[in-house]
This record gives sequence, C-alpha cells and structure tokens, in this order.
Amino acid sequence: MRFLVMVKATKASEAGIMPSTKLLEDMQKFNEELVKAGIMLAGEGLHPSSKGKRLRFDGETRTVIDGPFAETKELVAGFWIWQVKSMDEAVEWLKRCPPPHADGGEIEIRPLFELADFGDAITPELRESDERLRAQTGIKR
Amino acid sequence: MTATDTQRAIETVWRMESAKVIAGLTRIVRDVGMAEDLAHDALVSALEQWPTSGIPRNPAAWLMAAAKHRAIDHFRRHKMLERKHQELGHELETQQESVPDFDAALDDHVGDDMLSLIFTACHPVLSTEARVALTLRLLGGLTTEEIARAFLVSEPTIAQRIVRAKRTLADANVPFEVPRGAELAGRLSSVLEVIYLIFNEGYSATAGDDWMRPGLCEDALRLGRILAELAPAEPEVHGLVALMEIQASRAAARTSATGEPILLLDQDRARWDQLLIRRGLSALQRAEQLGVARGPYVLQAAIAACHARARTASETDWAAIVAIYEELARLMPSPVVELNRAVAVSMASGPAAALDLVDAIRSEPVLKSYHLLPSVRGDLLVKLGRFDEARPEFERAASLTRNARERELLLERARDAQRRVVPGP
Repeated sequence: MRFLVMVKATKASEAGIMPSTKLLEDMQKFNEELVKAGIMLAGEGLHPSSKGKRLRFDGETRTVIDGPFAETKELVAGFWIWQVKSMDEAVEWLKRCPPPHADGGEIEIRPLFELADFGDAITPELRESDERLRAQTGIKR
Repeated sequence: MTATDTQRAIETVWRMESAKVIAGLTRIVRDVGMAEDLAHDALVSALEQWPTSGIPRNPAAWLMAAAKHRAIDHFRRHKMLERKHQELGHELETQQESVPDFDAALDDHVGDDMLSLIFTACHPVLSTEARVALTLRLLGGLTTEEIARAFLVSEPTIAQRIVRAKRTLADANVPFEVPRGAELAGRLSSVLEVIYLIFNEGYSATAGDDWMRPGLCEDALRLGRILAELAPAEPEVHGLVALMEIQASRAAARTSATGEPILLLDQDRARWDQLLIRRGLSALQRAEQLGVARGPYVLQAAIAACHARARTASETDWAAIVAIYEELARLMPSPVVELNRAVAVSMASGPAAALDLVDAIRSEPVLKSYHLLPSVRGDLLVKLGRFDEARPEFERAASLTRNARERELLLERARDAQRRVVPGP
C-alpha cells in the first residue's frame, strides 16, 4: 500500500526560516532509515506558500490567487510517498520521525487509491468508459 | 490505546523489526531456527508486558534486548557456553568473558547480519521453493499463513517446508556469513533469483484465478530495495531492482476492463506509473555507473528501459533493443533469448530476417512445447504473406498454450490466416 505523508507547515516554515543543521541531520538520518527499509518511494520539501499560487474554479471562471495563504496549519511544507504493508506500519514509522520543525508541527498520513480499492463498485462498463476518458485526457490513475 | 490497538501495534513493530532481531541473534547462536525461536520468545514477552507497561519509546531496541536476554538464559540453561566457545573459536575466546558480548555483537553489525541472513535463506543447499518460503518468512516478515495464501498452498505445507529448510541449514553447517571472493557471484545470483521469482509469482501468477497478486510484487520490490542498500556495489542488484520497478510500473495497464492480459505494445502508456519508471531508470543508471560489464539483470532492465522511455509503441528504439538482446545472447545463450531477439529483429529490420533466426532455433528441445515459438513464427509468416504456412503454426500454438483466452485468440488467428490464403492455380 502507498501513503502520502504530508508534513504540515508552521509559522516558522511559512516565514521561510530554514531548519537548523541539527534538524537537517536528524531528518537525513530518518530518510536513510526509510531508504534502507525499502519503503521510501519519493520525498520532497516545499517552499513556503508565499511562493505558491492557487486556482479557484467557479463555473467557467478561473481565478488565480497568489500566496501566501492564511490557514498555516493546513498547508503542506513537504511530503513523502511510502510503500508499506499497512496504515499501522506507516504510523509506527512516522513515530520514529524527528519533530519536523523547530516549533513542533504535525504530519498527516493519507492512503493513495490503489486499483483494488475500486473493487466491485466499479463495473466493467464503468471502468471501460473511465479508461476511455483517461486515454483521451491523458489523466493517470 | 485499547488492548486491540496495542496488540496491533506490537504485531506491526514485530513485522518491521523481526528480520533485524533474527539476523542479530543468528550471528550469536549460529542457528537460524534457534534464533527465530528466541526472537519469537521476545515477541511473546512484548505481548505479555506492553499492554500493561505501554509500548516502549524504542520498541525495536526493547525487542532486541529481550531477545538478547533470552539468548543468555538459553546459553546458561543448556550449559552450552564452553562448547559454543569452541565452536565459535577465536572470535569469542578473544572476548575473555563468561558470556559473549551480546550488546556489541547486536549493535555493530546490523547491515552485515541482514545480508548474511539473506544469503543464508537463499543458500543453494535449499530447494528453490524452500528458499522462497524462508526468505518471505525471515526477511519479508510474512506469517506462514500469508505465504501459504500467496502461493495457494496449504499452511501445513509451508510450515513443513520452513521447518525442513531450517533443519537442512543446520545439518549442512551452513556458515552465517556474507560470501566473499569467487563464491560471491554464484551465491548472489541465487539471492536475486529468489527475489525475482517472488516478483514474478505476483506479476503473472502461475496458478489461480488472478492474473496478478500485487502483494507479492511489493514484497519482492521491498526486498530488492533493501538489498540494493546493503550491497550497493553490486550492479546486478540494481539491475534487478530496475527491472522490477519498470515492470511494476505497467501493472495498471496490463489488464483490460474484462480481465484479459494486454500485451506491452498495445498498452495505454498513459496508465504507466511514472514514479516507478523514474525509480527504475535511476536504479539502472546506478548499475551502469558501477562501470563493469553488464550482467543479465542489468541487460533485461536496459531492454525494459527502452520500452519505458518510448512515449508511444511506435517510438520504440528497436535497433537498441536488438543490440541489447545480442549482448544478452552472448552472455547467456538460450533459445528463449533468441526468440525474443527475433521478435525485436522483426520490428527493427522486418519479418524475413527474423524468420531466419526463428528457423535456426526451431528444433531446440527446450522450445518443443513452448507455444510462443509457433505463435511468433505464424506471426512472421503472416507479415510475409505466407498465410498457408501460418495457419498450422497458430493451430500448433493453440494446442500448446494452457491459457483458455490465449487459445481462443490463436485459433482465431489460424482461421483468419486460412481465409486469406489465395487459392492456387
């Protein structure tokens, strides 16, 4: 199973304050453990939301909104993609993660949809038309 | 936290740590079976103590320490110390202690111990199926029940297989070590074979109703990725990882809505997993940067990479694929490799050149009941407009395949060839 593990932003990360050497070292060590265990598929850190943009969809209108964005605790400051056996395993791994920011913070784990998750809910016909759509639009599951 | 939560957390920690604990213990007691028993005792202690004491801050260290105490108890109880001293020889004698220095032994060698455990579980003294079962159990952290379910074999059969494998290792006095020098290449190829076999059983199941069992693919990939970090200087390890990552990237594209297999060139490439492709390509690069002659896994990964890099089937670099098959054929000559090379040649230079290659291997005994030989030959004959010769090839291929859907397809091709035969004068 794959999981998106999202490191949430804090005031410090949003202010663009770079983590201390100690924190970088600890995080590096943790990343090495993840790689050695064969579970880390990807991982990146993100610039503060002041460098980001959002698009709002309203009917046919598309509005571009410049960062920074307000709800700091809901913003994402970095992410991993892990492949582990279960949510329990993802949780156990995350417990071993050093605190992500000098001022604490929160990390959220969300399972990615896998083919099997669609199960019987998606009939062959539905799936076929979905595949046609995806082929036309180039959207990838 | 409820009792069930705690129990689940313990089981999860166990799954994550058991390989390391067993590996560390094996180094000390020199017997995989005994090490597993001792490690299991530590798990039982955790199940007894953690629900009341709470889960320790560092559960892995706790398990390791508990297992270590069990090992010391064991040594004392059985008064085996002196005998073990003699068996272990120099290493322990030099420590000048009444009991071995477990702390040092457990902490210093995690990487080496894991690697030794992999080599032990995949030792050539064991049958292939025993190696697979033992590897999944000891390194993959799977239970006997899970292995049985994955391979559609009964649980007692797998349990028996594991018990016998451990006994065989003990009887043969297989040393717990990472093989060096001349022995290494052969032993490593046995390890890679086991991992690829697990992957393939998941990728194209040989038995049962499911065309794929993704759980096994994930287990194999994880083992491969772990091995790549333990033995980073071995190009074939990275080659195998690259091959598995790229093959896994096609998982979502290789079955139709109704469950039929879709061949590589007909797959919707928008459904290929780009993250896995990128990982595969970088593993291949890691292998090639080591700068030695390319081995079988690196070459197969290089072929898979040619397909992965092509955005559409028509953009495939067939000339490059033919060249790699030639390298592979020189390295490990086999009729199956030749047949694959012929298919690539037909794409690169046309059906006539390919037919010559196929005809050269037609009488190979290995291919006698291999349905792909007549199927490929029939396909080439159709491309050459020789429909009357193509029909019996498809019929023969249909009689050899064990897959009902494939048989239907081949018979249809035979009928189609028949229809296109131009009546003689």
